[in-house]
Amino acid sequence: MAKSLPLVVRNHLTALRILIVLTLVTGALYPLAVTGVAQGAFPYQADGSRITRHGTVMGSTLLGQNFALPGERPGGSGRAPRPDPAWFQPRPSAGGYDPLASGASNLGPNNPVLVRTVEARRAAVARFDGVAPGDVPADAVTASGSGLDPHISAAYAYEQVNRVARARGLRPATVHALVTAHVQDRVLGFLGERRVNVVQLNAALAGRG
Amino acid sequence: MGGTLAGWLQVLALVAALALTYRPLGDAIAHVLTAPRHLRAERLVYRLAGVDGNADQRWSAYLRGVLAFSAVSVLFLYGFLRLQSHLPLSLGRPPMPADQSFNTAASFVTNTNWQSYSGESALGHLVQMAGLAVQNFVSAAVGIAVVAALIRGFTRTETDRVGNFWVDLTRIVLRVLLPLAFVFAIVLVAGGVIQNFHGVESIPTIAGEHQSVVGGPVASQEVIKELGTNGGGFYNANSSHPFENPNAFTNWLEIYLLLAIAFALPRTFGRMAGDHRQGYAIVAVMALIWAASVAVVTVNELHGVSSRAGHAAGGMAEGKEQRFGVWASALFAAATTLTSTGATDSAHDSYSPFGGGMTILNMMLGEIAPGGTGSGLYGMLVLAVVAVFVAGLMVGRTPEYLGKKLRGREMKFASLYILATPAVVLIGAGLAMARPGERAGMLNPGPHGFSEVLYAFTSAGNNNGSAFAGLSVDTAWYNTVLALVMLFGRFLPMVFVLALAGSLAGQAPVPVTAGTLPTHRPQFVGLLTAVVLIVVGLTYFPALSLGPLAEGLQ
Repeated sequence: MAKSLPLVVRNHLTALRILIVLTLVTGALYPLAVTGVAQGAFPYQADGSRITRHGTVMGSTLLGQNFALPGERPGGSGRAPRPDPAWFQPRPSAGGYDPLASGASNLGPNNPVLVRTVEARRAAVARFDGVAPGDVPADAVTASGSGLDPHISAAYAYEQVNRVARARGLRPATVHALVTAHVQDRVLGFLGERRVNVVQLNAALAGRG
Repeated sequence: MGGTLAGWLQVLALVAALALTYRPLGDAIAHVLTAPRHLRAERLVYRLAGVDGNADQRWSAYLRGVLAFSAVSVLFLYGFLRLQSHLPLSLGRPPMPADQSFNTAASFVTNTNWQSYSGESALGHLVQMAGLAVQNFVSAAVGIAVVAALIRGFTRTETDRVGNFWVDLTRIVLRVLLPLAFVFAIVLVAGGVIQNFHGVESIPTIAGEHQSVVGGPVASQEVIKELGTNGGGFYNANSSHPFENPNAFTNWLEIYLLLAIAFALPRTFGRMAGDHRQGYAIVAVMALIWAASVAVVTVNELHGVSSRAGHAAGGMAEGKEQRFGVWASALFAAATTLTSTGATDSAHDSYSPFGGGMTILNMMLGEIAPGGTGSGLYGMLVLAVVAVFVAGLMVGRTPEYLGKKLRGREMKFASLYILATPAVVLIGAGLAMARPGERAGMLNPGPHGFSEVLYAFTSAGNNNGSAFAGLSVDTAWYNTVLALVMLFGRFLPMVFVLALAGSLAGQAPVPVTAGTLPTHRPQFVGLLTAVVLIVVGLTYFPALSLGPLAEGLQ
């Protein structure tokens, strides 16, 4: 490098050159190599764990979806969509299960708006599922961190069995068995929580017609 | 298995994993920082960059390297963000506005990863992987480089040289971060994290609607985001997003990754200082504070202490993912704020007053338990210097640490280090609270609204990057002021650390005598813990009492 340049300029030129080299290594070669191995060895996961039905992609097992009544979907009307009784319902979402708007409500633990919202949800879910308000579990009345949580607790899934069975003309025992088959234990028995994947459960329900 | 047993096992498995890698990882990093031979790849980098790999720098030259590299990085990233619409893989996204680009560039270069933008709607794939993720590597390496210089200050004698910044930077990226990132990126993909170049796709849902899904090279960025204690999410929801963190295994692994290097660095310190017991004493202090903090957050979230919304819901589930639950979320929250990571797998804003308050205190302690990659250890070593000095005052002796005298000059640098971050945090938060427009950015009423502002400036000043995300921070004022807080919060302390390193390196060693305070015994562990809590914790007590304490005691 030209020694005639002032030290401070030479120093910054060195910095720029090393940044460019490291950008090529960590910003291009590395992610491309990871992508190559990932797509080669784990294509299903790398592409987002997609659900397919009759050859059509129907979303991802990782991302929650809306199961609202037709014509009641977000956008336009401004009010919250009404849940479809024929589907298992996911948790409330701060972003309406839009993957381009992930995030939480960020309402504080003593925010009166959150307290009222939780109480209103509890009453609505109890009425919808025909259970006592005190029996509605916490995950049914709270929004998740991502707004895309595909899971609910086993308790909330079982709570919805009778309502779904009635709406579909199925025997409650059949739907109950379907839920039981979808209850996932903690990972390795001790990591995280027990849960039911609503997207997979409803996909199985749809498969039954 | 019951929830409590499972929760405990989750924590114990993490502690076991960290204990198992303490020695091999710490020794490996020490080897990288001290090996005389350069790898062929490294020599190629030096040649391309015009660096003399065998030169040894004074502390001032080392500092000029750090500052020049960071200044160039800010400009490079700023330009990248402003020009993204003209570059490939932009997904048609417009340029980021000027104030937000400055904020984002400062944020990623300072290892903060504060995000006033939403990843899935604001950025294309190229700027994420070749702009932001690159800074995730190099800003972490800069932190480790600076602590390497400080350790050399302790271990070298009668020299004015503390190492070569360009060599340290290159070696840490190529030999430490890159191999670990590659291996664990593949593990994350196997666990379900995505890695592709899909754009926005409209996909039919089971109920017959459509959902717009955006893919991306997520795993390669996710892994270094944790490993380098960066924390900037590919998506707005960060590690609560199922594409970044699909299940409780990836969640546990991400917590491990964000702690692994910072908890192993005391071993590096012990090895380079020629006395492993010094490393064990430092890691013991880190582990004590870490365990206490995890306990406070977990207990408060399990019981929903002082949370009316939690009682109404029957559990602290607001802002938490069902697949993680309270235990794994609280563990993540404590770990991410005790390091400089700031990734989140749940919404801290909705945590109980004392649980959320603990995450603020974690950052206020200076992120030293175990702290950011490198920054955690140099923060802890400065506090160790203060602890030794305090002990010296008690018995009326000139204090010594690792055979170096702590004279007025060293104590000035240590004191300035301790004062710098609280000054920028509290001045920034005070300014915001004095301005009606900035106060209006609060989402929540009452003391919790103040906590949102306090959290923002604490997070920026300590280079954490997590948020009580209800606060609306995408304004010209917040973007600009928080960017300045991040820059001062990162580089002022580094100036004092490197000056301290230079001052220590120039000394002749003092022999250990009967009057020397042993710094490897439980007594010193207790003393250092007390100094951390009193010197740093008390600085913020008035601010904390206006926010989380007021809310929790109402």
